[in-house]
Amino acid sequence: MTESVIIAELNKGTVAAVTAELVSAALALGTTPTVVVPCTEASVADSAGFEGVSRTIAVKGECFTNYDAASWAAAIDAAAPSGIVIAAATPQSKDVAARVAARRGLSIVQDVVAIEGMNLTSPIYSGKAMQTVALSGDAAISVRANVFPPAVSSTASVSVVDQSGDVATAVQDIIARASARLDVSEANIIISGGRGMGSPDNFSHLEKIADTLGAAVGASRAAVDTWEEIPHSMQVGQTGKTVNPNLYIAVGISGAIQHLAGMRSSKYIVAVNKDADAPIFAHADYGIVATWEDTLPVLESAFSSMMA
Amino acid sequence: MANIVVLVKRVPDTNARIVVSGDRVDLSAIKWVISPYDEFAIETALQHKEAAGGTVTALTLGPSDADKVLKDAKAIGVDEIVRVWDESWNDLDSNGVQSALAQAITGLGAEVVYCGKTAADTGAGSTGPGVAERLGWASVSNITNASFDGGITVTTPVEAGSARVSVSGNAVISCDKGSMKVRKPNVKGIMMAKRAQVKLVSAEAPSSTVSIVSQSPPPAKPAGKKFEGASSAEEVARLLRDEANVI
Repeated sequence: MTESVIIAELNKGTVAAVTAELVSAALALGTTPTVVVPCTEASVADSAGFEGVSRTIAVKGECFTNYDAASWAAAIDAAAPSGIVIAAATPQSKDVAARVAARRGLSIVQDVVAIEGMNLTSPIYSGKAMQTVALSGDAAISVRANVFPPAVSSTASVSVVDQSGDVATAVQDIIARASARLDVSEANIIISGGRGMGSPDNFSHLEKIADTLGAAVGASRAAVDTWEEIPHSMQVGQTGKTVNPNLYIAVGISGAIQHLAGMRSSKYIVAVNKDADAPIFAHADYGIVATWEDTLPVLESAFSSMMA
Repeated sequence: MANIVVLVKRVPDTNARIVVSGDRVDLSAIKWVISPYDEFAIETALQHKEAAGGTVTALTLGPSDADKVLKDAKAIGVDEIVRVWDESWNDLDSNGVQSALAQAITGLGAEVVYCGKTAADTGAGSTGPGVAERLGWASVSNITNASFDGGITVTTPVEAGSARVSVSGNAVISCDKGSMKVRKPNVKGIMMAKRAQVKLVSAEAPSSTVSIVSQSPPPAKPAGKKFEGASSAEEVARLLRDEANVI
């Protein structure tokens, strides 16, 4: 059986849930995975044990204090065995996987959403089409979240490898996000507003629901372009962020091709729009034809009583 | 003085409808443009040159069809335009593309390379970090701002928000939309671009280990449920919990 190397995804210093999904992806490829956990404290790797995983390697190095692509790739490459490299399709892990692949002279296939034998499918043209490629040898791949079921956790047999790399970048300072709310790229639930919200102040109604659900607040390009107060970091779409949460709620968004490209792979889509003919409804699992002013209070109270 | 290279890629206009015919995307009727994030890379490269002096060379990989995006970059203000290509190349995989670009960059004697965070066709974002690794350089991806006071300092997203990161030595920097306003070509630029010559260079590319099997339209979604009136929001919330299991 072919070997594979899973680069564990970390979130706030712990192994993120998507790592268990990467194990299922590795097994779908017919490989035996080794999980490598980049860390400064090896104990982090204790939670990176899964059924089907042969071993877990804590790659412990100073370079993992801050993200630096070159040193991370060098240290991971040195500590990991050969085989198909598998990472989560998050901005940082796609970046480090691309460097590990290049270091090993491998090709990389990003944003995989289906695996069949050695055939991998990814969205192209921002999800306006899908492409299936065949691997003929080792490669690196990144896998989108919420695609594979998580593998079952088991006790990790962790070996620790002290391995750092030369850091070529220096963090001067970190500017904390103004809001404690999640970023759209890391949220399981997103509620987004479009120009139909009327004014940027009205996004507070979306924020209220977001806080009830632990969701992130997003925006369409039209909203970002129209209102200075709505930053580009909130933009979902072809020239913004591509997201695939479990639930995407589009409010006052007509559903331009630009926007659909960034969110159409969401597991469930809810659309709230007063225009019954808005294109977004063709992509919605649940559509509500009504104004946001009337709808959001009803949604908010329903969600509040569910979360209570 | 800095020898700056900016990578540009020819992609279908992002507003274009993508049509699949047979098992391949049909691009015969498509309008082609510079990949949108590459425009931010061009802007950042030009600002770097204005602060430090030097030259900006736009580099692309592709057949002669790709000359148009180089001329577009020239019209915006780059100094030189270069294309790397070999007629024997056909469907290069990422390993081939990155190898060829790294050779061309070395040949140009570049010290810093800018590129878009992803190209609008693949959306992969592999080229910047991959090329950096092959060159043995640092890389910073998805930057939203850059300043050139003595060195290069960029703003890049991190878990807690954003970080200002200084880069020493050679680097490949990939650019997000961010706060920069990109300049548009002016009449003089467009005239100069018309006369500009594309320099063609060659490189070796390893054979591909990833080959395209098929391209297809995105899977169609089964029709959803549509409700009239705001009071239905209560029913939708219930369905999200009991039917979809996402709340």
